[in-house]
Amino acid sequence: MGERSLVDWLRPSANLKRELEAALIAVLFAVAIGSVLMLIAGKAPGYVWSQMLIRTFSDSYWTGQLLYKATGLALTGLAVALALDAGLFNIGAEGQLTAGVLACAVIGTSLPESTPAILAIPLCLAGAAAAGGLVGGVIGVLRVTRDAHEVITSIMLNAIVAGLALYAGNTVLFKGGTTTGAPIVEGARLPQLGFGGSSASVAIVIAILAIALVWWLRSSTTIGQAWRAVGRDPDAARSVGIDVAKVRIFAMVGSGALAGIAAANFVLGHKHAFEEGLGRGTGLLGISVALLGRTHPAGVAIAALLLGFLSSGGLAVADIVPKELIEMLQGVVVLAVACAGPYVRRKAVA
Amino acid sequence: MSDVFTLAFLAQLIRIAVPYALAAMGGAITERSGVIDLALEAKLLFGAFAAAAFAHSTGSAYAGVAGGMMAGVAVTGVQLFCSLRLRADQVIVGVALNVIALGGTRFLLQLIYHEGANSPQVPAFGHDVVTNPIVWLAFIAAVALPFALVRTRWGLRLRAAGDRPDSLVTVGVAPSNPRIYAALVGGALTGAGGAQLTLSVGGFVADMSGGRGYIALAMVILAGWRPALAAVACAGIAFAEAFNIQLQVSDVGIPNELAQLVPYVLTLLVLAIAGGKHGKPPRSLGKL
Repeated sequence: MGERSLVDWLRPSANLKRELEAALIAVLFAVAIGSVLMLIAGKAPGYVWSQMLIRTFSDSYWTGQLLYKATGLALTGLAVALALDAGLFNIGAEGQLTAGVLACAVIGTSLPESTPAILAIPLCLAGAAAAGGLVGGVIGVLRVTRDAHEVITSIMLNAIVAGLALYAGNTVLFKGGTTTGAPIVEGARLPQLGFGGSSASVAIVIAILAIALVWWLRSSTTIGQAWRAVGRDPDAARSVGIDVAKVRIFAMVGSGALAGIAAANFVLGHKHAFEEGLGRGTGLLGISVALLGRTHPAGVAIAALLLGFLSSGGLAVADIVPKELIEMLQGVVVLAVACAGPYVRRKAVA
Repeated sequence: MSDVFTLAFLAQLIRIAVPYALAAMGGAITERSGVIDLALEAKLLFGAFAAAAFAHSTGSAYAGVAGGMMAGVAVTGVQLFCSLRLRADQVIVGVALNVIALGGTRFLLQLIYHEGANSPQVPAFGHDVVTNPIVWLAFIAAVALPFALVRTRWGLRLRAAGDRPDSLVTVGVAPSNPRIYAALVGGALTGAGGAQLTLSVGGFVADMSGGRGYIALAMVILAGWRPALAAVACAGIAFAEAFNIQLQVSDVGIPNELAQLVPYVLTLLVLAIAGGKHGKPPRSLGKL
C-alpha cells in the first residue's frame, strides 16, 4: 500500500534551496490558516502572533517551556524521520514513547536509593530505549513478514500500549487514588536548566547528542547509506545485496528506541515519576516535526524548535485564543508540507 | 451465559457496528478507485461533530445525519484536492487530516459551545435501531455497493480507475473523475458513520471516533477491498466490543482498561495472522 508514492514523495531533491522553499511555504500557509482561524474566533491575528512571540521570549519561563517541548519533539521527530528515511511511516512514536516512559519510571523507582547518577541515568535510558525499540520492532517485523501496513499496526499498538500503561498504573504503580507513581531515585534525576522554574532540563543535551549521532550515521556510515537506499528504492537496494527486510526491522527498532528515549525529557528531567498521559501528543507531533524537517536531522532540530514554539506559545496565549486552535495548526503544517514538497519539485522541473 | 445473546444484545451490536461498517464501506470504494483512504478517522470525527451541531441547531436528528454526511464530503474534498490536484502523498494527507480533525473538532467545540470535551445534549435516535435511518443506510449500502460495483457505469469506471487507469484514458475518461465520484460517495457514507457515533448517544464527545477509522481500514484490507465483506468483518469487531460490555456489566473480573483494548488487539492479531495483503489491492492504489 502506497510504498512507491511514499518513496516518490521523499526522493531527496538534492537541492537545499528547494527543501527550504517547501518548508517555508508550509509554515507561511500554516500561519495564514492560523490567522483566519483567529479571525473566526474574533481575535486580531497580528495581536495574537505578536503576543505569542513577546511572551515566549521576554518571560524566561516560557522560553524554558519552549526548550522543554522542543527536546521531546526533537527525539520523536528524529524517530519518525529515521523510519521515513528507510521508507517506513512510523506513526507509532506515541506508543513507543509511552512504553519508554513506563520502562524509564519503573527502572528509576526500583534502583537502590544510593545509585549514583553515572549508573542510574544510563540504566533508565537503556530501559526506555529497549521498551520503545521493542514496540517499534513489532511493527517492523509485522511489516516485513506479514506485509501488514505499518500505519495501521502503529495505531493499534499506540492504543494497546496506552491501555497497558494505564492498567499497570492503576494496579501497581499509582499511589492510592492518584494518577502518579512513586518518585524515581535521586541519582536518576536530570538537573533542571533553570529558566524561571520551567520544565527544561539537561535532557536537551541527550536530544542534541541523538541528532548528532543520527546525522553522522546517515551521512558518513554504510549503515546510514543502507537505510536510505532501502527508503529510496527497495528493489535497487536488494539488487546491490542489501538485506531489505533486516534493514526495515532495524530501522523500526532504532526509530522506536529514539522515541523511547524521549522519556528522559519527561520522566528524568521533569516529573521524576510515572504519570498518566505523561508526554502525550509528543509522538504524534513528531510526525509533523519529521516532515517539516524534511527528514534531515538539522531540519528536525529546527522544526522541533518551531513546533515547540507553537506548543508553548499556544499555552502562553491561552487566555486570548483557545489552545485547540494551535493543536489544529500542527496538523495543518503536515498537510501543507505534504502539498508543498511535490509543488516545489514540479515547479523546478517545469 | 445464554442470557447474554438477547435481542437487546443484537441491537447493541448493530449500534456499535454501524460506524465501523459505514467507514469500512466508504473506505473500500474509495480505495477501489485508487485513492488511499487513511482519512477515515477525520471523516468520522468531523461527521460526528457536524451531526451534533446540525441536530442541536435544528432540533432534528435527521438534520444531524445530513450534517454528518456533508462533513464527510467536505473532508473528502480537501483530501482529494491535496492528493489528486496537488499530488501530495496520500498516506501523509490522511494522517494530517486526522490530526486536524482531532484539534479542529475541539476548537469548534470551544468556539461554538464554549466547552472543552462535550457538546450539549442533542436530539438523537437513541438505542432504537429500527427507527434509525443510519442503520438502514448501512444495510442498504452493504447490499447495493457490491451490485453497483459490477453493474453500474459508476462502479465499472471506479474499478477501472483503481486497477487499470490507462484503459480509462484510452476511452477518453480522466481517471481522476471516477476517483472523485467514488471518494465523495465514500466520504458521505463515512460521515454518516460519524453521525451514528453522536446520534446514538445524544451528544458529541472530543475524540469520540477513538481509532475506529483505522480499524475500519484494517478490515477493508482484510476483506480484500470488498465493501460488503468489510462490513461483515466490522460486525465481528463490534461483536467483540458488545460482548465485552456485557462482560463488564456482569462483572466477570476482567479489568476495564484491558477489556477496552480488545478491538485493537483483535485487529492487530488479524493483521498478524491473515497478513496485510489478504486478497489483491487495487493495482494503482496510491499512484497517480
